Amino acid sequence: MTSTPGPDQTGHFGPFGGRFTPEALHAALNELDAAFTAAQADPAYAAELHDLRVNYAGRPTPLTLADRFSEHAGNATILLKREDLNHTGSHKINNVLGQALLTRRMGKTRLIAETGAGQHGVATATAAALFGMECRVYMGEVDTDRQALNVARMQLLGAEVIAVNAGSRTLKDAMNEAMRDWVATVDNTHYLIGSAAGPHPFPKLVRELQRVISTETRDQVLQRYGRLPDAVVACVGGGSNAIGMFADFIDEPSVGLYGFEAEGEGIETGRHAASVTGGAIGVLHGMRTYLLQNEDGQTQESHSISAGLDYPAVGPQHAWLHHSGRATYEPVTDREAMDAFKLLSRTEGIMPAIESAHALAGALRLGRRLADEQPDAEPLIVVNLSGRGDKDVRTAIEWFGIDGSVDGFQGAEE
Amino acid sequence: MSNELTREPGASGRAIAAAKQEGRAAFIGYLPVGYPSVDLSLAAMTLLSQGHRSAGADIVEIGIPYSDPMMDGPVIQRAGTEALRAGVRTRDVFAAAEAVAAAGAVPVTMTYWNLVEQYGVDAFARDFANAGGAGLITPDLTPDEAEEWLAASEKYDLERIFLVAPSSTDERIVSTVQHCRGWVYATAVMGVTGTRSSTSAAGADLVARVRELVPDTLIGLGLGVSDGDQAATVAQYADAVIVGSALVKTLLAAADAGTPEDLTEMARVVDDLAEGVRRRP
Repeated sequence: MTSTPGPDQTGHFGPFGGRFTPEALHAALNELDAAFTAAQADPAYAAELHDLRVNYAGRPTPLTLADRFSEHAGNATILLKREDLNHTGSHKINNVLGQALLTRRMGKTRLIAETGAGQHGVATATAAALFGMECRVYMGEVDTDRQALNVARMQLLGAEVIAVNAGSRTLKDAMNEAMRDWVATVDNTHYLIGSAAGPHPFPKLVRELQRVISTETRDQVLQRYGRLPDAVVACVGGGSNAIGMFADFIDEPSVGLYGFEAEGEGIETGRHAASVTGGAIGVLHGMRTYLLQNEDGQTQESHSISAGLDYPAVGPQHAWLHHSGRATYEPVTDREAMDAFKLLSRTEGIMPAIESAHALAGALRLGRRLADEQPDAEPLIVVNLSGRGDKDVRTAIEWFGIDGSVDGFQGAEE
Repeated sequence: MSNELTREPGASGRAIAAAKQEGRAAFIGYLPVGYPSVDLSLAAMTLLSQGHRSAGADIVEIGIPYSDPMMDGPVIQRAGTEALRAGVRTRDVFAAAEAVAAAGAVPVTMTYWNLVEQYGVDAFARDFANAGGAGLITPDLTPDEAEEWLAASEKYDLERIFLVAPSSTDERIVSTVQHCRGWVYATAVMGVTGTRSSTSAAGADLVARVRELVPDTLIGLGLGVSDGDQAATVAQYADAVIVGSALVKTLLAAADAGTPEDLTEMARVVDDLAEGVRRRP
């Protein structure tokens, strides 16, 4: 399909992507690309990865019918792809296991990673423990504060966590710092990027490792409903869970692809993280894509209640899917996301990550819109439930103003 | 495309060649525009260009502060962050280029690519050339992604200074040098900018590789030099010695002492480095 090349040999998705990195990293990026190409042609790699997915991570993940939640989404039937049930609690493990295997094939012994919410950091620390590798995770200081539980998890797994206090002290600055580390340590170190972003070949590599989400979803929906879904829905920060959910459906024109970005307090307030909706084309972190920037091209700070979506750019294939019109990207505010967080918790007994709550809010909006547009249709919508909400309980306590005290007392009188 | 590119050196390449004629290495000093303020940064660049008791830098590499300086260490990063906070703009580089040229050194700029792209590649090349600028050092733009810049640099007669690193393959060194005009920037140590107590052997090895692969290339060696002694060592094998953090450090120290306008220590470092590149082995 011409709207979705990609990427070409040098990592371009149409005008997006590419490799805007110091020359010092080109050799390592080429080595990674070659190692991945060789691995894809090697049945032993596929077998090892499959074994880890099934016997370690817990794949395939279930597809859950969200009946009571669907009542709030027009005539739509909402299905949840349960990436939250993966080992370590999110889709991040899919990518990490694949890249850790590649690291071993390249003969490297040290992993570094950037992390926002901490999910990717935890997944990387997990793989490092499993493979007996040294691990250092860079995390913005704002995020080490709001995701203290994940910092502790990484440390318990044996990783070193470095709080980054440069710039906006969030995910983008953690990525800069990891890149600096990598330039100096590239001989023995693999930089395990967690998003489908960064210089070529990362956007392609991460997509291929997350593709399993859509491959399973496609089979599960076909088996249960005898047809493809009408739409698949995911949250988009850098975009790894979304590209994983889109990958096998890109060439199925009947399936709508919807990405929901973090609108924070609203596009008009300037306090958001919606790079596609509210950004412009530029170069950051080694790729050409949509990003939040000022007139001069200085990156602007993003804002979202969700640490995992608090990133001022987006993976280049999403930029291209938007540009070509194949996928639709819309913003979801903090408030909409937290309403959906609560609704899913109360209707299905599933507490989503706040990242995933953006996708849920988007699905509610889409379901209602479709009911208005085509009142007779009964659309099937799959939401990628990319992670579980345990890590977000502290944020939720503050947002909803609950303080953890009990609701009442009861007992026998003296 | 590389076959159609101009290879004759422009002003910065000629300055390096002239130093070579004198039997010494050229001295390239880096300072960010806008730190501690635009005016004071121009004063610092003027001093760097003229020297204090002796000669100054042959070439001044004007850095444009950037929000995400992937290649810079803590010293340059801090100066850049504070310059941005103080309101420096991309266009301030043009006044800096004029000041450097007026003070007798050759201005080049070192800039992360997004700043040029947002200004407009053609417009930036035009305005920088009009300000007397000689060329661009592009740390995150390699020839692979440089089509628009190759065209603009030809149109406005600017030098293209791309980087090579110890990890570059032979093929990439050859191809990178062939896309350069003027000279090539060799990053001596794997890693980001910042002063180091001893200069790395990787620098000498890299320079030797470039010379063997593409004879007669003018090579500036960057990252790591902090004083005249180290500059003298590097000057034995490189055509130009590039110094950044050691200069910027003096500005940070002056600001920390509450006297941001005090350039005394910078003058001392400039003299020391200028003497270092002229020292006979």
